[in-house]
Amino acid sequence: MSQAATTPLRRDGVVHKRPASQGVAGLILPYSVIGLFIALAALFMAAPTVMLAVQSVTDDHGFTLKYLEALGGDNIVVAFRNSIVLSIASAAIGVVAGGLIAYFVISPAMPITLRSAVTSFSAVAANFAGVPLAFAFVSTLGTLGMLTQGLRSLGVDIYGLGFSLFSMTGLTIVYAYFQIPLMVIIITPALLALRTEWRESSENLGATSGQYWRMIGLPVLLPSLISAFILLFGSAFSAYATAYALTSGNIALLTTEIANVLSGDVSSSPQTGAALAVGMIVVMVGVLVISAAFSRRASRWHK
Amino acid sequence: MATVEARGVSKSYQGRTVLASLDLDMGEAELICLLGPSGCGKTTLLRIIAGFITPDTGTVHVGGRDVTALPPAARKMGMVFQAYSLFPNMTALDNVRFGPRVAGQAKTEQVKRAGELLDLVGLAQHRDKYPHQMSGGQQQRVALARALAVRPDVLLLDEPLSALDAKVRLQLREEIRRIQRETKVTTVLVTHDQEEALSISDRVAVMNGGKLLQVATPSVIYRQPADAFVARFIGLAGILPGVAEGAAVRMSNGTILPADAAVAHQSGRSVEMFLRPEHVRLQRMNGHVPPGALAADVQEATFLGSLTRVRLRLPELPDHAGLWADMPSEHAADFAPGQRVTAHWHETSPHVIAVEAAQAS
Repeated sequence: MSQAATTPLRRDGVVHKRPASQGVAGLILPYSVIGLFIALAALFMAAPTVMLAVQSVTDDHGFTLKYLEALGGDNIVVAFRNSIVLSIASAAIGVVAGGLIAYFVISPAMPITLRSAVTSFSAVAANFAGVPLAFAFVSTLGTLGMLTQGLRSLGVDIYGLGFSLFSMTGLTIVYAYFQIPLMVIIITPALLALRTEWRESSENLGATSGQYWRMIGLPVLLPSLISAFILLFGSAFSAYATAYALTSGNIALLTTEIANVLSGDVSSSPQTGAALAVGMIVVMVGVLVISAAFSRRASRWHK
Repeated sequence: MATVEARGVSKSYQGRTVLASLDLDMGEAELICLLGPSGCGKTTLLRIIAGFITPDTGTVHVGGRDVTALPPAARKMGMVFQAYSLFPNMTALDNVRFGPRVAGQAKTEQVKRAGELLDLVGLAQHRDKYPHQMSGGQQQRVALARALAVRPDVLLLDEPLSALDAKVRLQLREEIRRIQRETKVTTVLVTHDQEEALSISDRVAVMNGGKLLQVATPSVIYRQPADAFVARFIGLAGILPGVAEGAAVRMSNGTILPADAAVAHQSGRSVEMFLRPEHVRLQRMNGHVPPGALAADVQEATFLGSLTRVRLRLPELPDHAGLWADMPSEHAADFAPGQRVTAHWHETSPHVIAVEAAQAS
């Protein structure tokens, strides 16, 4: 019998024995599947990233920084700023609103059917983006949308009050439509992992509901909330079709700028597109590094 | 420390009665165990005392004060749950000082109090560890210290040992008893482990079907169970059905067996005779069965350390529910499976309960 077949494994303080049948042969399938995944990731993520990086510093004459230097141009800076602001705003709205919805939906007072309905809807809505979503919002909150007209008939002219669906505010609202359900899906398991005993212990020891959340609930949830925020930020940061369909490129975003320089509406410049994409990667890496630092600090009690 | 009085407490869920108008009094500094099978209502009663469940009817008084309408935080009670109740983001010290902290005590006092209590439960050197860095037994010790940190009038323990392994369970239950005696805090412990209940309690409250069947000292519960359920639930007992006949019970085959307790029942009444294993004596069969004894076959012998428990089959009494005898292990070699024996006992040993009472419960 191999050593692996007899080695006890410790998990949650319980000793488990690896089944004797799970020898080297039993590990071939899992390692093959994981290896395939790593190969795919390398092929379609790592390799293109390297190619983009190379392309952004290369022209017909060799090495150049002119494309990266072009990222300091006014319109590109605006695109960076808009993309980051839009992503932060929609992710923040998604985290708060989605978190609250998930919290209320899983409370014992709610019928289980409501939880199922909200989860199912969230799964659909989180993936409802692009042109159909833009069209749905134009039909509802556009200048001649149903809700806009309905409110106008009640004497409330939201466009007269400064609102526009085709502005950064409008884009944020549209993005929130898929960010909130995405947050519901992501955070529900974390909320369900909050033990009733923690709540009852704190209550028994004299803590108020606010003290429970401040001292136990939120600190325990914080790593999950940070991860969720990053996911939502990334989701908004990389969105293209919704924004383009809604604003026709009138609001500068990194994704629409990349599309512009690649499609050659003005002049085709794949290298500029590559430089923009590298800029996006740098922003995402920066956000990930900052969030990882926060997350490590927030979950130091679990190390 | 304080008295606890539950009066007429009842609770139903969707038409199913979980507690049926139950009364329970506890004295100051007493440790009482709520003991019963799963679903008997013991945890519901504990949670009503704690304030997590509102009773349909009845009141709960602590130290003469009606706390029925008070939230858990206002009841001055400490509670230890089954497991996993420590706050995972806090060290042992921070867990223990949580109660004083939310009560607004000065930090130096919180830390001093928490340190003393961690010392009391023998975990002073683990004060900076997080829950996941401690064993189950250590976590429950911290939970106990945390519950005591608020200087509770009443300590509530909801099966605090059930998730621990046997050795740790034994150590911790002795420690709970020691700490309870030192702190003199009135304590309610919920358990389904009869050995735990009998070993740790001042009194045991046996529950079944939402009712309190008997509240008495462990000794009385064991020796004089109030009804057949308690007799069956507490400890192991051989049960012999028959008919009361003076200070004896007549078996279905006509054998008359001595049982002083049978005089409490009208002659001719159907009864069940309960015999504890330690009261049954065995002799190897030497040809005849003396009066007041039963012929039996050894079915199985289980080594329990200093004792060996022998399971007997009574070929002349097919309706019996089993009979056991305990004996010093050094004598057990004479009673191997298949051995014919006679079983007898002192006439004061059997407990006799009328069959109606037995069936009612």
